[in-house]
Amino acid sequence: MDIVTLVQQLVNGLSLGSLYALIAIGYTMVYGILRLINFAHGDLIMVSAYVAVMGVGLFSWPWPVAFGLAVVLTGLLGVMLERGAYRPLRRAPRISLLISAIAASFFLENLFLVLAGGRPKPFPTPPWFAGVLKWGGVFIPRLSLLIPVVTAVLLAALFLLIQRTQVGRAMRAVAHDLETVSLMGVNVDRIISLAFLLGSLLAGAGGLLWAMKYPQVNPFMGIMPGLKAFIAAVLGGIGNLAGAVVGGLLLGLLEIMIVAFFPAWAGYRDAVAFGLLIVILLVRPTGILGESLGEEKL
Amino acid sequence: MLEVINLEVAYGAIRALSGISFTVPQGRIVALLGANGAGKSTTIRAIAGLVPVKSGRIVFQGEEIQGRPPHFINRRGIAVCPEGRRIFPNLTVLENLLLGGYGRKDKDSFRQDITGVFRIFPRLEERRHQRAGTLSGGEQQMLAIGRALMSRPRLLLLDEPSLGLAPLLVREVFHIIERLNQQGTTILLVEQNAFAALNIAHYAYILENGRLVLEGPGPELLADPHLREAYLGEGLDF
Ligand SMILES: Nc1ncnc2c1ncn2[C@@H]1O[C@H](COP(=O)(O)OP(=O)(O)O)[C@@H](O)[C@H]1O
Ligand SMILES: [Mg+2]
Repeated sequence: MDIVTLVQQLVNGLSLGSLYALIAIGYTMVYGILRLINFAHGDLIMVSAYVAVMGVGLFSWPWPVAFGLAVVLTGLLGVMLERGAYRPLRRAPRISLLISAIAASFFLENLFLVLAGGRPKPFPTPPWFAGVLKWGGVFIPRLSLLIPVVTAVLLAALFLLIQRTQVGRAMRAVAHDLETVSLMGVNVDRIISLAFLLGSLLAGAGGLLWAMKYPQVNPFMGIMPGLKAFIAAVLGGIGNLAGAVVGGLLLGLLEIMIVAFFPAWAGYRDAVAFGLLIVILLVRPTGILGESLGEEKL
Repeated sequence: MLEVINLEVAYGAIRALSGISFTVPQGRIVALLGANGAGKSTTIRAIAGLVPVKSGRIVFQGEEIQGRPPHFINRRGIAVCPEGRRIFPNLTVLENLLLGGYGRKDKDSFRQDITGVFRIFPRLEERRHQRAGTLSGGEQQMLAIGRALMSRPRLLLLDEPSLGLAPLLVREVFHIIERLNQQGTTILLVEQNAFAALNIAHYAYILENGRLVLEGPGPELLADPHLREAYLGEGLDF
């Protein structure tokens, strides 16, 4: 493989990995606080994409308005999900919570199946994003560069919030000892809502980027990226924010490199990702940055 | 300042407190003493809003606070230094203190209070950027007290601050509690270490199996033969 192709593939892997990272954050934040795998998280990708499709297509809004609204509504949906499906079960056995998450996921998928129909719709990618940049012999879709940049900006903002603000500190502390945090004058319910809001906003942004990268929208489109992001979160060490980013990038690069170096295996990239999940769970269930299960490391 | 009236708390079928009443007057150190399982922590947790009150009232500065959520009670001016310290091990020492003053908007005096805590506990300042989980038991206790002070509480609830500390450290912690009180913080001190607590308490209550069985001024109880008999034998002297 020549250097040009390698650069192109690296950029591809980075961009796919960024998307996984963006989505994986939501899994890991919720797991860190509630010890819940929020299976409905992936479906937020789909909701965000549909809101944008409807905004641009049905209401003819300019795309920045439609995209902005898609992200905000997805964030709020995440908060509502916690209110409706998880908060009432906070004292219930963990398995009830998990079942509720799966139900929420089915609900969202089928709701959009009813509302929008099962036929895939094209995603109205704004022309500017569709451009291709050319450097020497390297052709890189503008989107492939934009995705990592957007991701980096969003993650930097998130990390700043988590590390440097009182709510951020409260969020890290809640992941460790919910009860004692409430003794500090912190309304823990609000902190949990905020965690869902942040994770869902990122999923909303990720959903739009995903839909531009694979510009077809259908009610089940969130499942695969959702599962991949979940694998990424486990790979990095679930509950660990930095781990979600590392895991996402590694998984993205791995998938793209399989396709690039072993084209004959391209059809197995999903199988490799899920095989990886099984191997991690067997060999190192705490992931790359995780220290011990049950302990959090937000 | 704090009035507890016929407080009853149950964990399912287990009755932990069967109607206790006591008061903590402003500016005092009141001790709540009793053996393991007597219901001391339950009392603190009920005041702090962590466990539901079955019946009875908790009145703080004229306001009924039973049934209110913990964060509300904290904002009213009650801080808790919980049993077992419960510092946040994944946060740094400084971050623990910052979180103790959650919701405070007065930036300047907030900074001053951190300096103030470091003045009381110089070892915390040396370790300010260290993860709190790496502190020794004594240092963690100091951090837990310092963290509770960061909300500028009117009333400080301390649940067994001497637990697991070496005798020398116990003495230091109790000196600090006395000093905080002299500086104006009202204190409810829960202890198994009865004699150490009675040495600094203005008034004390003895709890047994969820009932108050004895009360009186600290020095008076210290001389009480019944109490000596009940607690000296258990090696709770210091
Ligand atoms: N979470 C709980 N569930 C059930 N019983 C409890 C719980 N916490 C405390 N108890 C019981 O309540 C009683 C009082 O406990 P506690 O208030 O912790 O006592 P102390 O702090 O004086 O050692 C004990 O009999 C204890 O077993
Ligand atoms: Mg106790």
